[in-house]
Amino acid sequence: MTTAILKQPAEPTEPTAARKPNRSFVHGLITNKKALVGMIVMLVFIALALLAPVLFPGDPSRITAMASMEPSPEHWLGTTAKGQDVLALTVHGSRSSLFVGLTVGFASTFIGILVGLASAYFGKFIDEALSLATNVFLLLPGLPLLVILAAFLQPGLGTVILVLVVTGWAGSARVLRSQALSIRSKDFVAAAVVSGERAGRIMFREILPNMASIVMGTLLGCVIYGIGAQAGMEFLGLGDVSTVSWGNNLFWAGNEGALLTGSWWVFVPSGACIALVAFALALINYAVDEVTNPRLRKIKTPKNTERSAAK
Amino acid sequence: MRFILRRLGFYLIAFWASITLNFLLPRFMPGDPVSRMFARTQGKMQPEQIEALRKMLGVDKRPLWEQYVDYMHNILTGQMGVSISRFPTPVTEVIASQIGWTLLLGGTALVFAAMIGNLLGILAAWRRGGAIDSGLPPLLIFIGSFPYFWLAMGALYLFGVVLGWFPIRHAFTDGLEPAFTWEFIGDVGAHLVLPALTIVLVSIGGWMLGMRNTMIATNSEDYITMAEAKGLRPGRIMLRYAARNAMLPSVTSFGMGLGFVVGGAMLTEVVFAYPGVGYQLLNAVQGLDYPLMQGLFLTITAAVLLANFLVDILYVRLDPRVRSN
Repeated sequence: MTTAILKQPAEPTEPTAARKPNRSFVHGLITNKKALVGMIVMLVFIALALLAPVLFPGDPSRITAMASMEPSPEHWLGTTAKGQDVLALTVHGSRSSLFVGLTVGFASTFIGILVGLASAYFGKFIDEALSLATNVFLLLPGLPLLVILAAFLQPGLGTVILVLVVTGWAGSARVLRSQALSIRSKDFVAAAVVSGERAGRIMFREILPNMASIVMGTLLGCVIYGIGAQAGMEFLGLGDVSTVSWGNNLFWAGNEGALLTGSWWVFVPSGACIALVAFALALINYAVDEVTNPRLRKIKTPKNTERSAAK
Repeated sequence: MRFILRRLGFYLIAFWASITLNFLLPRFMPGDPVSRMFARTQGKMQPEQIEALRKMLGVDKRPLWEQYVDYMHNILTGQMGVSISRFPTPVTEVIASQIGWTLLLGGTALVFAAMIGNLLGILAAWRRGGAIDSGLPPLLIFIGSFPYFWLAMGALYLFGVVLGWFPIRHAFTDGLEPAFTWEFIGDVGAHLVLPALTIVLVSIGGWMLGMRNTMIATNSEDYITMAEAKGLRPGRIMLRYAARNAMLPSVTSFGMGLGFVVGGAMLTEVVFAYPGVGYQLLNAVQGLDYPLMQGLFLTITAAVLLANFLVDILYVRLDPRVRSN
């Protein structure tokens, strides 16, 4: 969805002004070292997730007799206490984790966009009501709320996604609302209102394309949140324990006492994968920040060297 | 004053929302929680206690609004029922015995993370492009990417199991009598190191980057140039002029961090079997102890709201712009 927004051709309202910064944004991202590293890591993980059934055919959670083996040429990352190949579990786990993370990320960003745009465009009572709801959800402690919701609902993939979206949308709504508010007050929006454009068109075709970079940042943040929170939830045993995912791998590792028996190889890969993905997304996020916020850009001659030179 | 009242109203609405959520959830859940719990206690419950639970969790023939009024009344008068897993201890007593540990763990971690993080942020912004500024942020972002519980388990394995430097579970050694003796306090401190350290490690990055970015903006203000022109010592400009004015967003983060203290330390508490409210909440969920679950959630929410309200009051004191508004 967001990629569509990013690639959307510039609006007829300000053709030259919108197209140029857009291209320099993409250019800035590609030449930014942080963004490049982040994107490569992400592509590798997505490729692994897609190729998992080809690389490791069969059910990765099949129980075999080769229990708790150290990493060896046959099992690169060793086996669990139940004799499952850790590498296969990790690669297969990326499917569920990335799927849930991306779904939660897109869904929460989408709700955030709707709420933020509606708040900013309609203002008055609607803004008051939506802001109140957003702030209440922001303030309610996330993890306990997540636990309570998961405890009362039927366990399953749908519940995990639903719960994570319920606890995750408010942050993006707040950020997007404040950005939409500042664009709402611009002249070209006023011009669109006067020329009689419909509300939906103004919100999605006038305001939204102008906040593409912040939507992108929000989306990345939401995906990071989704992957991390899913892992935390599953680690607590509140997910669907029958699926293979990074969080469930860690749940089983804890359950089978992998650390107490010293089988560190069971526990390290899944956590490292979550960290790598989150790190890659965070890198892209910071790069987006740097490209769009000139104040944070690397400066050739820092102000402070001048200052210390002047001393 | 108007600002404070408005904030107070907001927190009351938020609290009402969480009570209502608590009220609605069991009523929309398929199945009958009371009979499930009844099976757990193996008939130890008195008929009137079962009746009270039925009312609380909505296995009830009365109209919804009547149940709602009743529920509100019970919550506001502090009647949260009895715990099932620790039958027949009242929920409020179970919570009271645990909230202290959570505050100790979360509070210690928060204070250390905020102090170290802000200080690093100040230094990074002051020496822009220096060692702290270019080396630490990527490292801290990387550490911050690890799932909390995973880092905690790693620390537990490395420092607790392999090296044996610190105790790995509970808040104090089993069998030690809680008392204000150096022995006991030292023991509690030793048990606190690992859980607190893991929280500090993952949260320090956020503090540092936040402070750094605000401080960079502050550094380009005219009064900083003025202070330099006057020939003030750089250290004084850094702390008294730039950092002091860049502090405000950190105060807000501190309020949110306080909320995190009660709710967010949950995973850490679970990994280290630390007897706080988060650990108890998970136990309550696993033991189908619905009254305790609800009570814990409300307590945690109330604590978060209270912390934020206190920060709001502090904000009025710190920022004159809020006062004149």
